[in-house]
Amino acid sequence: MIALAGVLGVPLAAAALLAALPGYRLSARINGVASFIAFVAALLLFWRRPAVGPFMLVDDLNVVFIMLSTFIGFTTSVFSASYIGHELATGRLTAVYLRFYHAMFQVMMFGMNLALVSNNIGLMWVAVELATLSTVMMVGLYRTHEALEAAWKYFILGSVGIALALFGTILVYLAARPAMGGGLPGMAWTALLAHARDFDPALLDIAFVFLLIGYGTKIGLAPMHAWLPDAHAEGPTPISAVLSGLLLNVALYALLRFKMLLAACPGSIAPGPLMIVLGLISLLFASVMLYRRRDIKRMFAYSSIEHMGIIVFAFGMAGPLGNFAGLLQMVMHSLTKSAIFFSVGHVAQVKGTQRIADIGGLTESHPVLGWSLIAGVAAITGLPPFGVFTSEFLVVSSTFARTPLLAGLLACGLLLALGALLMRVSSVAFGVVRGPVAPVEASYLPIFAHLALVLIAGVYLPWPLVAWFQHVAVLLG
Amino acid sequence: MHAISFDVAKLLAGGLVLASFLMIYQVRLLAMLNVLGGHAFILALAIAWQAHVQDAPELYITAAITLIFKAALLPEALRRIVIRLGIHREIENVTSLGAVMLAGVGLVALSLEVMLPVTARTDPLTRIDIALALSVVLLGLLMMVTRRNAVSQVAAFLSLENGIDLAAAGAEGMPLVVEISIAFSVLVAFLVVGVFLFRIRERFDTVDMRALDAFRGDRK
Repeated sequence: MIALAGVLGVPLAAAALLAALPGYRLSARINGVASFIAFVAALLLFWRRPAVGPFMLVDDLNVVFIMLSTFIGFTTSVFSASYIGHELATGRLTAVYLRFYHAMFQVMMFGMNLALVSNNIGLMWVAVELATLSTVMMVGLYRTHEALEAAWKYFILGSVGIALALFGTILVYLAARPAMGGGLPGMAWTALLAHARDFDPALLDIAFVFLLIGYGTKIGLAPMHAWLPDAHAEGPTPISAVLSGLLLNVALYALLRFKMLLAACPGSIAPGPLMIVLGLISLLFASVMLYRRRDIKRMFAYSSIEHMGIIVFAFGMAGPLGNFAGLLQMVMHSLTKSAIFFSVGHVAQVKGTQRIADIGGLTESHPVLGWSLIAGVAAITGLPPFGVFTSEFLVVSSTFARTPLLAGLLACGLLLALGALLMRVSSVAFGVVRGPVAPVEASYLPIFAHLALVLIAGVYLPWPLVAWFQHVAVLLG
Repeated sequence: MHAISFDVAKLLAGGLVLASFLMIYQVRLLAMLNVLGGHAFILALAIAWQAHVQDAPELYITAAITLIFKAALLPEALRRIVIRLGIHREIENVTSLGAVMLAGVGLVALSLEVMLPVTARTDPLTRIDIALALSVVLLGLLMMVTRRNAVSQVAAFLSLENGIDLAAAGAEGMPLVVEISIAFSVLVAFLVVGVFLFRIRERFDTVDMRALDAFRGDRK
């Protein structure tokens, strides 16, 4: 119970405290400490699980998500401390905005953690909405023309997405009602799963379509992705890192919970093919779009769409192997992509631009930054020996065993993305030095920590982790 | 008794669909906001009726929130924004209204066709509410894509959201309806404030969304 209170209460208390505190140095530290405490509390959840209640649920599935979420939340807060110092110095942000930023960061962490631990599908929806609102505020933080446009676009598309998800949630309740009766258990996920056999399959099918489109908008799946590149490119870089690393996962988690309900209800449609199609469209679309990117943050945002496509595809293929690959891919993507955004954030600061054409020769002017960016890109494109290679290999090979045609399309998308990213990053990292060469005050620790974890996972995946993921993959069905 | 309660519920839900249609062809912003107020008023009545029929007193709270917040405060706030932005005289250019209305009719037919068969096992009261609520949601979406003005898009989203509230109220015995409707109201309030907060007018010199479309971060 204490662990759960730590995961939820600490961000909430920290948000209130940070809203009241002036002075960004202290706030940045408190932000980091609060995120660290939340991470420790999440670790405790491994050993001490609270009992399942009508509102809260901690099981083997969401512990993985909570751990990942709080860990990246913590490393991002460390990165953010060095990032915002520079933003304040260049006058892009003022002290008042920073106060707001820190408070919103913790509100977002609270919203995401609440979405992950909630057992009630209505509460989960409210939490996703809270996380969306807080990130909207942060995307618009710079208040430039572009940032406001990005925030407004994200706001409108995100609102429509979560409105449709709520409609889907109501339909799930209605599908369950004949079997379960009304009242609080009628929305508790554990109770729903126990009775899913007797649900009205036709109604559940329609509910899933709404949930897929609604939460799929928040995942960033292809036809509904329009908000994602703008929000990533125009907001502060720490927010790009948590958007890609965490928020997309939270929406995915919500979708997976509902997918498990469908799997438990015979007679309902198989959610797999729908997810496979959307995932594949996202992957292929984003890989092609990667070639025309001129803004470095925007480019990595498209790479996030690509990876969410792969992950949704893998969960759509399902089965122990597909789910295992999906989980691993999700963890690896979160770690790698946030590491990339950490280094891109510093690159953009030192070069004073996000335009790819204006950045060059990084490995010469800023070797540590340049090489960590290269390492990150090598990892995200699925080159060995990084962990993404392992997970993408698993996705492709497990697909090949079942439907070779789909595996071919998948491989096409992966290779296209590989080409685009390597082409762009080589012009940024090598060649003639372009842009300012002033030394950078960066915190490399979060970047190194993430990349090291991804590297270790690629070389040797510890067996307890494998066993854990296998167990969760079976749960996912 | 049952027949009457069913008929009234059907009448109110149908009224909401009708109000959505009325909104679709309003090209003047202030007139559209008046219809939006009426839309929320009908919704409040529909929710109150569900509270009465289902004997669920907490739904009266939702109805009261809807009445005060959505039928009175929000349209008034939007009206003030429209007047302060000085766009109350503008006539919005919606291409081929007739085709849009026809598409709307098609959407209503679609939602009835989709929802009525699959809800055969549920209570008839719930059934009609859900089917018509989906129509309101789809009409709201249709309006959002046909409008280019930020205020009308927000108004369209509000009508969409009213449809979801109707579905939530119609789902008999659904827990947390009040809490969810409050959370939703917060979202909506943000949207309305957002029109101001994002200073769309000052930043873009227009609330016309086409000005935003022309700007894409990539084309520098």
